[in-house]
This record gives sequence, structure tokens and C-alpha cells, in this order.
Amino acid sequence: MGATKQVTDASFADDVLMSDKPVIVDFWAEWCGPCKMVAPILEEIAAENDGIVIAKLNVDENPQTAASYGITSIPTLNVYQGGQIVKTIIGAKPKAALLADLAPYL
Amino acid sequence: MRRGNARARRIVARGEIYPRRYNGTDTAKGLRVSERNVIIIGSGPAGYTAAVYAARAQLNPLVFEGSVTAGGALMNTTEVENFPGFTDGIMGPQLMEQMRAQAVRFGAEIITDDVTSVDLSGDVKTVVDGSGNTHTARAVILATGSAYRELGLPNEKRLSGHGVSWCATCDGFFFRDQDIAVVGGGDSALEEATFLTRFARSVTLIHRRDALRASKIMQERALANEKLHFAWNSTIDDILGDPKVSGLVLRDTQTGETRELPVTGLFVAIGHDPRSELLAGQVDLDAEGYVLVEERSTRTSVSGVFACGDLVDHTYRQAITAAGSGCAAALDAERFLAASE
Repeated sequence: MGATKQVTDASFADDVLMSDKPVIVDFWAEWCGPCKMVAPILEEIAAENDGIVIAKLNVDENPQTAASYGITSIPTLNVYQGGQIVKTIIGAKPKAALLADLAPYL
Repeated sequence: MRRGNARARRIVARGEIYPRRYNGTDTAKGLRVSERNVIIIGSGPAGYTAAVYAARAQLNPLVFEGSVTAGGALMNTTEVENFPGFTDGIMGPQLMEQMRAQAVRFGAEIITDDVTSVDLSGDVKTVVDGSGNTHTARAVILATGSAYRELGLPNEKRLSGHGVSWCATCDGFFFRDQDIAVVGGGDSALEEATFLTRFARSVTLIHRRDALRASKIMQERALANEKLHFAWNSTIDDILGDPKVSGLVLRDTQTGETRELPVTGLFVAIGHDPRSELLAGQVDLDAEGYVLVEERSTRTSVSGVFACGDLVDHTYRQAITAAGSGCAAALDAERFLAASE
């Protein structure tokens, strides 16, 4: 079953922008409490949905990508389809609310 | 610690109900299979302390810690310097992980989910969780805490996550070498402002009065910080910028004059409101939404229902006072259960 995938500034183009499947990128950091709360929910969604990729980008270690997408608040979830952002979710949300927001891409 | 519980958390998040644990005393009481002694709604210092005490009293508490609010307000803080026993301070999230682990150690069962509805009337209380499962108990402890207050400005929601933030520890990183502002005047506003000076070029603290209500030690630290500036007697009329924050319109409360403050970020720390929406019509609340309790106890207007922490506290609102009232709620619930047998 699917697990989340770590992506970096170096791999972002290949792993996210060029992906055949929609990719949900979780912009997170170690020092962000709400990021830690949403992490296990994303693991579950990854395990339950094969049609999408859930990628995790550590903004502390990969500041370029976060800056180029104008991230100023984490957790931020961006959904990429065909290299374009099609959805942005800012802040931690319960699983049911996340699934409702992500439904068109799952 | 929390990481180590990832598997258990996944199981509970899928909505599988833990089987109720039995001991001889419970069986003698003749409780129904689905019925708990006590359910604790909420976490944070109040909820976890209630869980520690209830678990040690062998009440087998079931705790709903919240799906994304687990650990409560301290999860968004940095160093906690005033919790007794931690000589050198402790990080807020770590303090909560340790309290949680302490409750688990004594047998509290913790579900990382929200409660979506409650029926607190009658002898058996009903609690429905975010997965749609129904749980019952003879006693319920309410510890849902408080939620940060919003300014209520039209552009606040639009710019939320685009320069407007409620979490300095999460988002301060993104404002390196920028000019930003914090609005508020209490301890948390000063703590955030001081923390943000690690990243920002300058931090302006906007306060509607000409003096702070924060503790003296926080004030001294803030006033000595060269990166920290103060906009006294000021309120925010508007947040400017598209798609990101570019400035604020401040109003001088003495003269009524307005001026623009160019900043790229605004951190809101103007206080909290009790999270009592679930409880409206179930227990008595005061005009501001705090749960009313019988003085010198945690008893609410409903028999078998107890409340603690920021949900009831207008006055102190500290980690240690929340923990203390969580302890009181567990003891009150224990005595209630013993008396009602």
C-alpha cells in the first residue's frame, strides 16, 4: 500500500511536477506542532488511496521550493496536477475535512 | 512518545472501538458492556491530568484528545518556563507528550479524534466521535479548552496563511529579515513577539492600551529587545495586501488618526474564547461561553458532568492551573461515581 514519499528541492521537479498522478505536497517542519498532528492523518490517506501520491517536503531543509511557492504558513498542503497547483489547504484539519477538500483528486 | 503510538493512533482513527477493560469492581457494579465510568473530552494539561488521576483511580477513562487539537494550546508554544518542577523550562509540546504518556502508563485509553456531539442528560451520557462511533459513560469531564480569537476584520480570512498567522513557532521561519507585527498585550503576545525577533528584522507589537498586562519578566525581556518596537494605543482597522500581506492600517485610540504600517506578516495573539459550541443547551454557560461550575468544585449544572481547564477559567488560564483543575475534575468524578453506586 502507499506510503508518503520524501521530496526535496532537488527532486521536486521529477517527483512532483512531472508525476503522472496528482501529488499532494505536505510542507512541514520539525518545529511545527500542527504539522505533527496532521502527519499521521496523511499517512492514512496515503495508505488508503493509490490514485495519488502524498509527498512530504521539509521546509527547513528545502527552503527554495517553499519560498518559490510563497509558503508562509505550515502545514500547507498543495495539490499538483500536471505540474500546476490545483488546490491549497492551509492549516491542520481533521481527517474528514481533509478528505472532503481532497475528494476531487482521490 | 507520540511517534511510538503511531500504529495505535491509526487504529483508533479508523474508528475501531477499544474493548472496555474489566476488573472485578466494575463487574460487581454490573455496568453495561458499552458503558464507561468516565469519558474525558479534550486534552491539554487539564484533560491529560484528569486522565492521569482517573486512570490511577482505576476508572479506565476514555480520552478524546482531538484530531488536530491534541495537546491543546501548549502545542503551539515554545519554552514553558513557569511549570513547577522543570528547573530549566520545557518545550510546550514535550510537556504535553509527557503528560499524555503518563496517562497512558496508568491505563488511560486515548483516542485521537474529535467529539462531534454529546447528550449529557440522564444517568448515562452519550458521546459521538468524528468517526461516527457512539460511546457512553456515567460521568463526563469536559476539558475542551479555548480557541484563539480572531480580529474579525474582512481581510483577515483572505490573508490567513498569506501573512496572517496564529502560530509564531510554526510560521516565524518564513519571515526571516522581514518587518512584521504582533497584535496583543498579554504573555502569549509578548512571548510570540520575542520569539519572532529571532527571525524578523523588526517586530512591532500593536497594543490597544498604553501598558502591557503581561508578566513583569516578559515585559522586561521585551522592552530590552532592540528588534522589538511598540505601537501603543493602537488598533488594526484593516490588513492590506494581495495576494500577501503588505501592511496594516492602524488607528490611534486617543486621537482617532490612522496610519499605515508596512509589514509582511501579522501574528494575532489577542486571547482565546472557550470551545463550548458542543455544549450549548446541555450545560449552563456564562455570557461569554465559559462553562459554569459550582464554586470550589468542577461540578457543572448537570449531574455527572464536570468541567476544567481554560473551558471554565476566566482568570488564571495557566498550564499549572489547568492541570490543577483537571485533577479536581477527576476527583469530583470519582466521588460522584462512588456515591451513585
